[in-house]
Amino acid sequence: MKILVGVKRVVDYNVRIQVKPDGSGVATDGVKMSMNPFDEIAVEEALRIKEAGHAEEVIVTTIGPKACQEQLRTALAMGADRAIHVLTDEEIQPLTGARILKALADKESPKIVLLGKQAIDDDNNQTAQMLGALSHWPQATFASEVKIEGETATVTREVDAGLETISVNLPAVISADLRLNEPRYVKLPDIMKAKRKPMETVSIEDLGVEHAATVKVLKTAAPAKRQAGIKVESVTELVTALKEKGLI
Amino acid sequence: MSKVLVIAEHDGTNLNGSTARAVSCASDLGLDGIDIVVLASDGSAVAEQAAKISGVSNVLLVQNPANENAVAAFLAPQIEALATDYSHVLAPSTTFGKDLMPRVAAHLGRPQISDIMRVESSHVFDRPIYAGNAIATVEAPEGLVIGTVRTASYKAAANDGSASVETRSVDVTLPTHTRFVELASGGGGDRPDLQAASKVVSGGRGVGSEENFKVIYNLADKMGAGVGASRAAVDAGFIPNDHQVGQTGKIIAPDLYMAFGISGAIQHLAGIKDAGTIVAINKDADAPIFEVADYGLVADLFEVIEELEKAL
Repeated sequence: MKILVGVKRVVDYNVRIQVKPDGSGVATDGVKMSMNPFDEIAVEEALRIKEAGHAEEVIVTTIGPKACQEQLRTALAMGADRAIHVLTDEEIQPLTGARILKALADKESPKIVLLGKQAIDDDNNQTAQMLGALSHWPQATFASEVKIEGETATVTREVDAGLETISVNLPAVISADLRLNEPRYVKLPDIMKAKRKPMETVSIEDLGVEHAATVKVLKTAAPAKRQAGIKVESVTELVTALKEKGLI
Repeated sequence: MSKVLVIAEHDGTNLNGSTARAVSCASDLGLDGIDIVVLASDGSAVAEQAAKISGVSNVLLVQNPANENAVAAFLAPQIEALATDYSHVLAPSTTFGKDLMPRVAAHLGRPQISDIMRVESSHVFDRPIYAGNAIATVEAPEGLVIGTVRTASYKAAANDGSASVETRSVDVTLPTHTRFVELASGGGGDRPDLQAASKVVSGGRGVGSEENFKVIYNLADKMGAGVGASRAAVDAGFIPNDHQVGQTGKIIAPDLYMAFGISGAIQHLAGIKDAGTIVAINKDADAPIFEVADYGLVADLFEVIEELEKAL
């Protein structure tokens, strides 16, 4: 069985986001870029499923410009077997992204597609579900535990009400939440080894994917800042203030 | 006619408060009508609650044994069948709506607008990106709009409506590839739901242990408040993850938020930005939480809680 994992190159989660003064977007020039943290968890989970003997091959893919190969190399260094780079300089939104992933899934026939639950740049949280819909596959989103038994996966999901468990037939799409695992550190010899692993480049046209209608970003602004209030010296002072506001 | 269909979130018995918040967003669209659809196995009680939400014209009740639990792969085809009568289909941006709506959107070949926080016009919306560190104004393409509503940005619509309830049968074949197994709740008991609570008492790593979290629960119970926690406290195993407040947990907007021993990581602050009044108690005077708190108190949280309990 094969597992296909999608990863995205995003602004590193430690970077303090700066909105460009002209409102045209978020500054990314010279900013540190990394693999989307949720995708890193997805790669790790795929590797663990393979290491447990449930899969033979882990294929990683990304959609984006040449620079995204850096993130594919990271995934290969973590232990993925090969990579497919869908090369494009356009900004790809979730629905088109899901169509591309479906085309790859049709070609590779993985039993599991693992994705991060959302990318930390656009925070859409859509691609896995859209892929599930387009493929008519089951989806197990926001996974915090995945158990593979034969042709089914039992997945614990992080939902607002607690932890929900569902069982899905394979093939299925699974999206990784934060507590699914802790991704491994990549060691130097693995980085060297990853350079020799196969990386194929394809275009959206090669895959025969039609672009979906897009959402247009009209402007980007910094959020309204919350003003700092006052420091109180005692509980009595705090209680008086809250009582005055009718909050307690 | 441009009408909005709002997908009701519920647990089979009670309508989730997120639904009335999504209706508020739907009202801001200023279109010709708002309907709610309740997909349930036995949903008459939920439909009655939905009918009371102000501004709603019709409640569509779609009953099917497959709707016993909210499985996106079952609900999505039913919503798709209903969507043809509407210009907009909205659901709350809770884990329920986040799981469900992209599946609907993709089948219909429509992009989705996630986390709508402001309506500018029928197709133009504000939404947070980069964990709320930037706000994007986006325009959906012409035609049907599929979206999820950031519940913390909207107050619940009033509860004085009287919509008609209409039972609908939706004739679609549902898949059989998914089985609901169980839902293990974090054990909230009678405490108010975190996302609906008007007051929330929250603890962070500074609380120190699972055992110590009892003082947070006790104070919350005394105040009739919900219990929240930072990711650090959840990751340390002090409290189950369904209490987590923040970008990767719940985004909440209570009237009063009291943070005990929470330093105020960016990802936590993203979850409380819309709170009415923020109170922070922390031993560290330089904790970033004080930069957003309306009232800050530099002190030992356990001593403060003891004094607070006496004062309340």
